[in-house]
Amino acid sequence: MLEIQNVTKVFNAGTINAKTALDGLNLKLNDGDFVTVIGGNGAGKSTMLNAIAGVFRVDTGSISIDGKDITALPEYKRAAFLGRVFQDPMMGTAPTMEIEENLALALRRGEPRGFRWGISKKERELYREQLRTLDLGLESRMNSRVGLLSGGQRQALTLLMAALKKPKLLLLDEHTAALDPKTAAKVLELSDKIVNENHLTTLMITHNMRDAIAHGNRLIMMSAGRVVLDIAGEEKKRLTVNDLLAKFSVASGTEEASDKLLLG
Amino acid sequence: MSFITSLLNAMPGALAQGLIWGIMAIGVYITYRILDVADLTVDGSLCTGGAVCVIMTLNGVPIGIAILCAFIAGLLAGLVTGVLHTACGIPAILAGILTQLALYSINLHIMGFGTDNGSKANLPISVDKYHLLVSARFVRELSLRNPLIILILFIAVLIILTYCFFGTELGCALRATGANGNMARAQGINTNFTKVLGLMLSNGLVALSGALLSQYQGFSDINMGRGAIVIGLAAVIIGEVIFSKIFRNFALKLLASVFGAVIYYIVIQFVLKLGLSTDDLKLLTAVVVALFLAIPYFKGQLSVGRVKAKKGADENA
Repeated sequence: MLEIQNVTKVFNAGTINAKTALDGLNLKLNDGDFVTVIGGNGAGKSTMLNAIAGVFRVDTGSISIDGKDITALPEYKRAAFLGRVFQDPMMGTAPTMEIEENLALALRRGEPRGFRWGISKKERELYREQLRTLDLGLESRMNSRVGLLSGGQRQALTLLMAALKKPKLLLLDEHTAALDPKTAAKVLELSDKIVNENHLTTLMITHNMRDAIAHGNRLIMMSAGRVVLDIAGEEKKRLTVNDLLAKFSVASGTEEASDKLLLG
Repeated sequence: MSFITSLLNAMPGALAQGLIWGIMAIGVYITYRILDVADLTVDGSLCTGGAVCVIMTLNGVPIGIAILCAFIAGLLAGLVTGVLHTACGIPAILAGILTQLALYSINLHIMGFGTDNGSKANLPISVDKYHLLVSARFVRELSLRNPLIILILFIAVLIILTYCFFGTELGCALRATGANGNMARAQGINTNFTKVLGLMLSNGLVALSGALLSQYQGFSDINMGRGAIVIGLAAVIIGEVIFSKIFRNFALKLLASVFGAVIYYIVIQFVLKLGLSTDDLKLLTAVVVALFLAIPYFKGQLSVGRVKAKKGADENA
């Protein structure tokens, strides 16, 4: 469904600060894959997600979704296929707009926007119903501005928005990293639920190896802008954190890398 | 006593000017508050609106069509700034300054249309010879041609239209663009398009305001837009400071900007009657706007200080 072929991205090319973030990256996702992504800082995890989302153009290679080449498509056009949740809880919602207005924006993802009303009566029932599933009491605050919500509430809302118009691919970019452990666990549980109920193909970046093992059906590890490890099925189910560290040392050919990975 | 009578005498005029600048303030509200861009194009597009309206009326075009064309000229000015900003990657403030500068020459040529050297800095129009929509001549008259009545109706319609537009899908997309561009793009909104659209609408309203202002005062002038952005900001900010607690609804917030402009002109009349020279008006305006812009910042600094102090006190306890 998603196919990344030989993608390279160099930031600040031609300067002393040149940084190769993606280096001939290849990745193929099957329909319904829930892939967790791990790797140290600077491994290219977020860059990969941003390349898929079209935040910038890649230097070489191609990206396609369901056989459609999206490499040259601008970010707002790719949004039709994608649901995205970011690391920063502030990034996924419009703070000065109401909860229901944010949801209404998400429901129109990929549709032309014209002079019809931005939100219809009929939709409100859908939003109320969906918000109830979050179990955060937001269904009774639909006219509150999103800026008044906590980080965890915002991430939960962003998740809901990402899945509201069923995307072909869900991109979760360390979306629990900025939350306290309890809220993070709740948002993660919610992510699992939304992914399973909607059968969404998902890429989830995490810094927590236990989460990476516990969630999804497939795990990839990135290093220096490539996928260095790709574990799926039964093998992934039996995986432990120690296995992962050992495998990483072999895959990247360094010993000290494991510390970097753990601490990163 | 004569001070109060002369002040009261000046009130209808101040009210009319405030209402006309209130339309301009709605335009500034769209860029400054909704789109989160300080657009300096308005200093030029205000005069463009006045110039287009006057030259067309002088050439026999009905006033309604002349005003509509002024609005369209404003849209085009906003389009230029928008394209410079989005397609050419020029920072919004600089893009606005560039358009504003270019408009200075263009405005001279608009007003000089049909003359020998094709350029003119001032263009009078007499309400005796032409049918104008608003004129200062009738501001104290109890009749339907009193500009106050016409302006209030005009503003009511404008606010309703603006309110409805920002309730549509497109209007919501524009608001989302200003609130969080990243989120807007992630939800499939072409933020470059919405930014251009916002700048166009804003300058369209500003040019409309210019068209009414030139009719009201009986001439268009190359300098009529100088410092307009500051007056517009003053109106928006005064409106917010005074009415933000009671005006929550979006339509009322637009109305607050209009009230802000009216209050601004009443205060101006007041200080002028107190003996301030008109030469010092711009200085006074700049100081007042700087103060109003700084107050929220200082308040923020103060409350941060309080939180810190409170935390310290808690730790010591």
